[in-house]
Amino acid sequence: MSTVKFNAVNKTYGKVTVVPGLNLEIPEGSFTVLVGPSGCGKSTVLRMIAGLESVSSGQITIGGEDVTHKEPADRGIAMVFQSYALYPHMTVEENIGFGLTLKKTPKAEKARIVKEASEILQLDALLKRKPKDLSGGQRQRVAIGRAIVRNPKVFLFDEPLSNLDASLRGQMRVEIAELHKKIGATMVYVTHDQVEAMTMADQIVALRAGEIEQVGTPMDLYNTPANPFVAGFIGSPKMNLIEGEFAKRHGCEVYGIRAEHIDLDEQQGEWQGVLSYAENLGSDTISHVMVEGMGSLTVRSEGSVFIKPGQTVYLTPRKELVHKFSGDKRI
Amino acid sequence: MTDGKPKSQNKVGWLMALPASSLIILFLIVPFLLAFWFSFTNQRLVSPNPTEFVGWSNFSDLMGVGSLTIDPKRDAEGKPVYKANGDIQYPRMRTFTRNNPDYEHLQGMREWFSIPLSNDRKWVVLAKDALFMKALTNTLLFVAIVAPIQAGLALLLALLINQKLPGINLFRTIYFMPVVISIVVVSILWRFIYDGENGLLNAILGFLSFGLFEPVDWLGNPSTALGSIMAMSIWQGVGFHMIIWLSGLQTIPGSLYEAAALEGAKRWQVFRYVTWPGLRNTAVLIMVVITMQAFALFAQVDVMTRGGPVDSTQSLVFQSVQRGYEKQDIAGGSAIAVVLFLMVLSISLIQRYMSRDRS
Ligand SMILES: Nc1ncnc2c1ncn2[C@@H]1O[C@H](COP(=O)(O)OP(=O)(O)O)[C@@H](O)[C@H]1O
Ligand SMILES: [Mg+2]
Repeated sequence: MSTVKFNAVNKTYGKVTVVPGLNLEIPEGSFTVLVGPSGCGKSTVLRMIAGLESVSSGQITIGGEDVTHKEPADRGIAMVFQSYALYPHMTVEENIGFGLTLKKTPKAEKARIVKEASEILQLDALLKRKPKDLSGGQRQRVAIGRAIVRNPKVFLFDEPLSNLDASLRGQMRVEIAELHKKIGATMVYVTHDQVEAMTMADQIVALRAGEIEQVGTPMDLYNTPANPFVAGFIGSPKMNLIEGEFAKRHGCEVYGIRAEHIDLDEQQGEWQGVLSYAENLGSDTISHVMVEGMGSLTVRSEGSVFIKPGQTVYLTPRKELVHKFSGDKRI
Repeated sequence: MTDGKPKSQNKVGWLMALPASSLIILFLIVPFLLAFWFSFTNQRLVSPNPTEFVGWSNFSDLMGVGSLTIDPKRDAEGKPVYKANGDIQYPRMRTFTRNNPDYEHLQGMREWFSIPLSNDRKWVVLAKDALFMKALTNTLLFVAIVAPIQAGLALLLALLINQKLPGINLFRTIYFMPVVISIVVVSILWRFIYDGENGLLNAILGFLSFGLFEPVDWLGNPSTALGSIMAMSIWQGVGFHMIIWLSGLQTIPGSLYEAAALEGAKRWQVFRYVTWPGLRNTAVLIMVVITMQAFALFAQVDVMTRGGPVDSTQSLVFQSVQRGYEKQDIAGGSAIAVVLFLMVLSISLIQRYMSRDRS
């Protein structure tokens, strides 16, 4: 029983409303990712679940129990901070077992629980080290270890990977996803990185300015984005969103087509344009093409493309994969 | 290093540092070195005679101590003889310290303190310079009491003031106020507060005890004078150290407190596991600064008691200044300054050693 529910939750700082009337259900055992640009209120939502931020009005329940005004420690949650929040004067062992120390757990039992957690996270060899002698990824694992030891119903992660370099981030993504499979607890994960959202989530909540733009599986958001914001936010490279005369001619306000859903040809096609430059990534190529009346379009083609900038190219959209929006809604 | 630019930039840098560094050399480094030199001579402030090198004699004059166990005067039956006021009559000290060939090592010394032994005998410790010894013990006592209380009180205030409460800035200002007022002005004000006739302190104590409290001449009484100066010094300096603690508190990331809150840490656990370890470097700094300031006790004594009554508030710096300028004995004053420097230096080194990073 660890479904997290928001009932009309409101959060204001003075006169500024950061989260206006949020209604959301995070199913038990799910890996839910809150995604959105910086400053949209993701951390605030997460911290309200944790009890680190007060709720201005509305109600939060965990497993059916109203926790709106409960102390953070009494909510059955654990949180992993972006800054890791490790105690610099404590060893890895002491950091992981901190909660047990506070509860005066007997030494032998504490050692056993810490050992268990450190084995899951492959920290056994580092138990006697201080945080300053660890790499970023190792620190992250210690922070996760401290969360595991609490044996929580709900794990909260606030941008846990944003301080890591790209390759480590990829590795930790896999590790956290595996951890979720292994322990099966509900996990709420905040990130501004849509790649993390797409790869890890079974439910994505896209937020903008404290309001939910869309909730669904990664594929839902990719295939049927509810509005131009989600369309532009999910997927890399960013979806081409064309407004103005062109969109009007196609009976909408915003005409969207993903870069990977446009075919590029040197001889013929629907739209004629000029190649500005091409990023050759080996497995595929991202071309930026200037088309009159539409602006600059991004096109992704498989393999390498050998066309010189300035050359004329032709583009053809795959009709069934076009997204049309009017009045900020999908049509 | 083939490029000439860094060198010429270096030159400009040194040139810019010249005004400040020459002042530092002139007013800090030169006097510091001179004090060492003078302490090995017989230099006087104004003297027609040439300065002579006298080796360690200034220091042995300061630090020379000796001890003696003496019997009371006894009558025929061996009972001690009593004075008219009921005290036991002991032989006079000067019979040992003035030209007594059996006690040559005590020549010219004065009684510093004594410890009673069994059978009415007593163990007397004598010092070549009893006044210096008094100043030394007073200063050490001052440091030993003021440093921990001031540091602890300052930490308490900093913890109170570090909370997000409306109007907290007003309290920060109030607590910091005594720091920006000159210590001389503060000392003069407190002389009125401690006044025995119509001082504020006596009035308040009298009011709180419904007139039962007997007025005390706080600064005129040898048993209360030093304590009064300590209390005032603690009050005056506490705001400054509060600010240093506060800056230390604010370097502790909020997420460490939040992590503790998630684990259900109680208030004192938060202090013990998060706050105090996070303040370690600040604590070292504060203890070093407070210790040094306390060793430098001067202005309060100079303004409030001038070392009295009966030398109960003598301090090392006060003695150093007294000798150097009022008695024109620059050599003696310098010797005290050198002793003080060595004490402060060794205490700082000990504090640094004890608080070193053990990993
Ligand atoms: N203590 C605060 N006082 C006022 N505004 C705040 C406070 N904390 C956060 N905010 C505002 O709330 C908004 C959401 O912040 P946050 O939840 O941290 O965003 P995110 O995590 O999505 O980047 C931001 O616009 C931020 O400026
Ligand atoms: Mg955030």
